[in-house]
Amino acid sequence: MSIVCEKDKLQKQHQLRIKEICQGFGGEHSELINILHACQGYFGYLPAEVQEEIGMQINMPVSKVFGVVTFYSFFTMKPKGRFPISICTGTACYVRGADKLVDEFQRELGIDVGQTTGDGKFSISTLRCVGACGLAPVVMVGDKTYGHVSPNKVKKILKEYKKEE
Amino acid sequence: MTKINQHILTCGGTGCRASESKILAARLKEELKDSEISQNVKVVESGCFGFCEKGPIVKILPDNTFYTQVKPKDAKEIVEEHILKGRKVERLLFRDPNTNELIDESKSMGFYKKQIRIATRNCGFIDPENIGEYVAREGYEALGKALFELEPADIIKTVKDSGMRGRGGGGFPTGFKWELTAKSESDKKYVVCNADEGDPGAFMDRSILEGDPHSVLEAMAICGFAVGADEGLIYIRAEYPLAIERLKIAIKQAEDVGVIGDDILGSGFNFNISLKYGAGAFVCGEETALIHSMEGLRGEPTLKPPFPAERGFFDKPTNVNNVETFANIPAIINKGAEWYASVGTEKSKGTKVFALAGKINNVGLIEVPMGTTLREVIFDIGGGIKDGKKFKAVQTGGPSGGCLTEKHLDTPIDFDNLLAIGSMMGSGGMVVLDEDDCMVSMAKFYLEFTVEESCGKCAPCRIGNKRLLETLEKITNGNGTMDDLDLLRIQGGVIKDTSLCGLGQTSPNPILSTLDNFWDEYVEHVEENKCRAGQCKSMLKYVIIEDECVGCTACARVCPTGAITGNKKEVHFITQDLCIKCGACMDKCNFESIELIA
Ligand SMILES: Cc1cc2nc3c(=O)[nH]c(=O)nc-3n(C[C@H](O)[C@H](O)[C@H](O)COP(=O)(O)O)c2cc1C
Ligand code: FES
Repeated sequence: MSIVCEKDKLQKQHQLRIKEICQGFGGEHSELINILHACQGYFGYLPAEVQEEIGMQINMPVSKVFGVVTFYSFFTMKPKGRFPISICTGTACYVRGADKLVDEFQRELGIDVGQTTGDGKFSISTLRCVGACGLAPVVMVGDKTYGHVSPNKVKKILKEYKKEE
Repeated sequence: MTKINQHILTCGGTGCRASESKILAARLKEELKDSEISQNVKVVESGCFGFCEKGPIVKILPDNTFYTQVKPKDAKEIVEEHILKGRKVERLLFRDPNTNELIDESKSMGFYKKQIRIATRNCGFIDPENIGEYVAREGYEALGKALFELEPADIIKTVKDSGMRGRGGGGFPTGFKWELTAKSESDKKYVVCNADEGDPGAFMDRSILEGDPHSVLEAMAICGFAVGADEGLIYIRAEYPLAIERLKIAIKQAEDVGVIGDDILGSGFNFNISLKYGAGAFVCGEETALIHSMEGLRGEPTLKPPFPAERGFFDKPTNVNNVETFANIPAIINKGAEWYASVGTEKSKGTKVFALAGKINNVGLIEVPMGTTLREVIFDIGGGIKDGKKFKAVQTGGPSGGCLTEKHLDTPIDFDNLLAIGSMMGSGGMVVLDEDDCMVSMAKFYLEFTVEESCGKCAPCRIGNKRLLETLEKITNGNGTMDDLDLLRIQGGVIKDTSLCGLGQTSPNPILSTLDNFWDEYVEHVEENKCRAGQCKSMLKYVIIEDECVGCTACARVCPTGAITGNKKEVHFITQDLCIKCGACMDKCNFESIELIA
């Protein structure tokens, strides 16, 4: 079955790591979301193989694991860029022009929301309110928050990261 | 021991941290280290002061000096001038935008004058990472009182008599909920704190958890004692890393001191608290969905009854309350039901925390008594509309609420009044809109949110909202008819009546309320193909003002579709058929020679 051959794609060390995480939560079904958070924290995303391994470890059908992963927007099955860009489209940011920032970032990087650049450097996503509404519109790159961002500033922000390798 | 006679409070909330307040605090400590009075001055990283618009904030006690927009490089001057020489740094003081007066202490700021702080009583006053500071402000006294002086029934009676209603949106009387849970027979019960705060643009709960986490822990323990539960769970959004960190620290400290855990203060009562994480789903704020999410399942709601108070987490009686609801409890137990009930209106007691956002001068967090009018909130506290524009509407209640206008400004805010005028209290988000905002687009914005967040379990919400959005898009794209406006009402009504949970039952509200209050604007979109706010792109044209254009070619270079043509130093031209109306040219132009016309 596909589970077996898919599983072989995961390296041994990764398999072990998933096992450790699942055991850390007592292998409980009710801890699935915490397990997924931990695994995404480690792998950066949750590809099918990882979900399969989690299902095996806690004895839950993969379909159920998949059902939970796809339900919550925080979980992603695609790898994000090394510098993930999150544009806040919460209400406060929206009324102060967040949609223009989305357009500008998409144009500058040549990718759409939900995609990653070819070199794996940047990805764009939107999220709903990071709680810094006083600084609206807000953009996050990794853990760094930029406030009062205008379309003019987009290039400058990207430049900071383009130099970095 | 040396006596500390001055405190420098810096804001350590998410908003101000994003503007380098952490570095600022470190700088202040650094500057103080070398001075002779370093022993007498303490730098404290507190929670949110509420005045987020002008962050980072620095407040100096005991004289209440209030510095705004302080940068790390200002640390030196604050220490040298204010702390050492006792001279206020004028340039960092707040200047009242209306009177142009310098205001040197927070108490005389319009922003704070009308506020009464109960739920946020400690935010901005204490170091949230130090339980000692919480204890010094009556912290955990209410828990002691509850355990040693009161019976569970007394506590429930006090909460009932206080008239407290849930702050998560529904406004359900808290005392009754506690009673229901207390009466449910079971060997195991739970207390859950709903910290999912899904309303985008609202940050009340986050600020309380970041600024005063112990008040929530204390209240959960009191609730546990009252309803007979020995386990508490806090369901918090993963998007709030700072609040999560502070809660973890607070739980650890409370356990170390013995106010949370087994045999609390030697009373024989056990109460343990742990965290559960959300993962970005708005519907998980709904209590039944939240419980399923905590069980590790998809966060889909189920029909009520049975209520969580009867059958909740793992089918055990579960008392779910919102963060702000809990934050009020210790004050109610300490000061009594009568005191609490003396604040507010007849049917809504106490205060409400609002997150003011949008086109308003003082974006931030405020707490006002129930019964304060929208006008007082927006103009006196919020400082009026940004950039001298005209007030158009205020949206309350987030994606479940409605837009209120000029004519509602003098309505006293409480649960029932807001419902009566077609909006709702919701969790406390308040977004102010000005003349540049298109109400049809605003309704569309909220509906897009709902469509994205609908869990898909019931057809009216999953399919209905999508159809509703399509109708709305037709209108904003300039293809709407008058029949479509009727259709919006019909579709909206059906979705409200037939959806399974509160998400669908309220999702058409932003549309229905804008239809009621801004009917003309909808008609304009349909009949004249006109968007007076200039937001609906399909109804606008970007054009170059010939007299202003210097031919710098900047617009032509930035245009993604090559719609702009023209030679260097000559007037440029936009071919309308190619223009996708992205607005890049207008943002780029340094000579303001591109305009948007309806
Ligand atoms: C779609 C939807 C979203 C909700 N989101 C939240 C939320 O983010 N935070 C919250 O405290 N309550 C939320 N609620 C209300 C909860 O279901 C519940 O009524 C509340 O947590 C009870 O606490 P309270 O009585 O203290 O208000 C939401 C309800 C619905 C229908
Ligand atoms: S809406 Fe963007 S930070 Fe709150």
